[in-house]
Amino acid sequence: MKWLTKKWLAGWLAVPLVIVAATACGGRAGKRQVLQNKGSDTLVNVAQAWAEAYKDVNPELAIAVTGGGSGTGIAALINGTVDLANASRKMKQSEIDAAAKNGIEAVEFVVGFDALAVYVHEDNPIESITLAQLAEIYGEGGQITKWSQLGITMPDEKSDEIILFSRQNNSGTYAYFKSAVLGKQREYKLGTRDLHGSKDVVEAAEKTPGGIGYSGLAYATEHVKLVPVAVEKGAAAVVPSITSAVDGTYPIARPLMMYSRGVPTGNVKEYLDWILSPAGQEIIVAKGYAPAARQAGE
Amino acid sequence: MTSDVAPRTSPLSDLDRRDAAWYWDKLAQVLILVAGLSGIVAVIGIFVFITKEGFGFISESLIPAEFFGSIAWRPTSETRPTYGILALAAGTASVTGLAMLIAVPFSLGAAIYIGEFAEGKTREALKVLVELLAAIPSVVWGFIGMTILNPLIIDVFDVPVGLSVLNAGVILGLMAAPIMTTIAEDALKAVPDGYREAAEAMGATRWQVIFQVVLPAAKKGLVAAVLLGVGRGFGETMAVLMASGHAINLPTSPFDSVRAITATIAAELGETAHGSEHYKALFTLGILLFAVTFVINLTADIVVRGRSRKKR
Repeated sequence: MKWLTKKWLAGWLAVPLVIVAATACGGRAGKRQVLQNKGSDTLVNVAQAWAEAYKDVNPELAIAVTGGGSGTGIAALINGTVDLANASRKMKQSEIDAAAKNGIEAVEFVVGFDALAVYVHEDNPIESITLAQLAEIYGEGGQITKWSQLGITMPDEKSDEIILFSRQNNSGTYAYFKSAVLGKQREYKLGTRDLHGSKDVVEAAEKTPGGIGYSGLAYATEHVKLVPVAVEKGAAAVVPSITSAVDGTYPIARPLMMYSRGVPTGNVKEYLDWILSPAGQEIIVAKGYAPAARQAGE
Repeated sequence: MTSDVAPRTSPLSDLDRRDAAWYWDKLAQVLILVAGLSGIVAVIGIFVFITKEGFGFISESLIPAEFFGSIAWRPTSETRPTYGILALAAGTASVTGLAMLIAVPFSLGAAIYIGEFAEGKTREALKVLVELLAAIPSVVWGFIGMTILNPLIIDVFDVPVGLSVLNAGVILGLMAAPIMTTIAEDALKAVPDGYREAAEAMGATRWQVIFQVVLPAAKKGLVAAVLLGVGRGFGETMAVLMASGHAINLPTSPFDSVRAITATIAAELGETAHGSEHYKALFTLGILLFAVTFVINLTADIVVRGRSRKKR
């Protein structure tokens, strides 16, 4: 038991003391306030850019941004762990009720618009697609399972089968695409590959010759094809872009929201005001989304 | 500690002493008891927690025919949420099954080679490498499945998508093999050398020694190794989530995408409101996983005990 000396003991006892002391000091030094901001994967890049830029406006306020999906953010708001939830869909009635049960009234702010693009492999010769065709591809009981049914000849035969990429069922993108393309009543086909993030869907479509996926326009890369969408057969197919999202001609464009806990005051209010100001809106446009001003213009 | 130096002349008073060493001894006893009990406390605690969270779903909204008989897992549907786990269970079973088909022969072979044939440096190097393989985090395995195996499967088998039962099964097999190898090798090593020597003295060939003496003697440990591998496959989450394609689907071939129970919990739990029906349903999946693992372990225990009792 030579190693068990008093010095040794004292040394080890000191370790937790030092840790406790350090955290206590850290706590005192941390005068900065932290605003918790969580939710939509679609918005996460913009939210991070906003948080970054806001450091120059108010250096006292640290904004912690996390993604995870609209459902995550709204769940966190209901559970009272975040100040602002990012969402790419509206809160459901069940969620509003759950929040009310916890004494939280969620207030909605539209901070921008997003066009939901339909992505396919760059070698796919498809020129346009209608909403009805998308519904037959993605909807339960839909009859379209092969590209040839749309009159498209794929460069090689094995990619004729349509490989569906979708999102996890709590994603705002999942919910919005469902309501915009399938309608409230219709469910998605079972057997879609449910990926965990906006970027993953684009990447999967990029790598899979017979694949199709939907994701925010801002996630487009050079190596993937964006399919122009027409409202119905015979109507003009519209290329997804910020312009077509702003003027309302692109059929699958949606508002992007932030929800606050109650009517915002203090730091949260200042932050939201700044986001909706020209300085904040410049950032969301730079990230590939349409500005919230569209609402005022309509 | 001066008492250590004192000559032991009066044994009775010496036994009755309450010096520092005595207290250290007591402290060590208590610490070891706590460590021993902690496992039991943790298991009971976890069981109580997941049961408490999931019970509301079982008693209120669970429809057995739908839960076990339907493939429609649609917990977030606004019109009518359905909770069918048939496809999820099939996904977990198919991936774990394929993984075991791959891992069992490989890891038993590796264990026999390391334990019975390899010598000196080869043996040491192999052991270290196998253990290193076991230390690779599952997210890294997931990445390998997504970025290396996925295009490879597409090219080699000429299929449209490579995230499938095959991909996840191979990844999971590779993940389970090192642990199974290590445990199986320990089991082989535990067979007394006297058995081997006796068999060789009787004129048995090396092949006969291994297959008719060493393997039967190590059966218990080998079964434990395989079951640990099954448990690993059953509970693995991240790698399966990434490599399986995460699609609700009853697999009819190894090239179909599937979705595992664990992956479903991992993908959805973080996004549900605390206490909602969906949240409780996910905990019910947890209870199911817990119950199945428990049954596997119990069966193995009974099988192993039954065998060894007969022998005696």
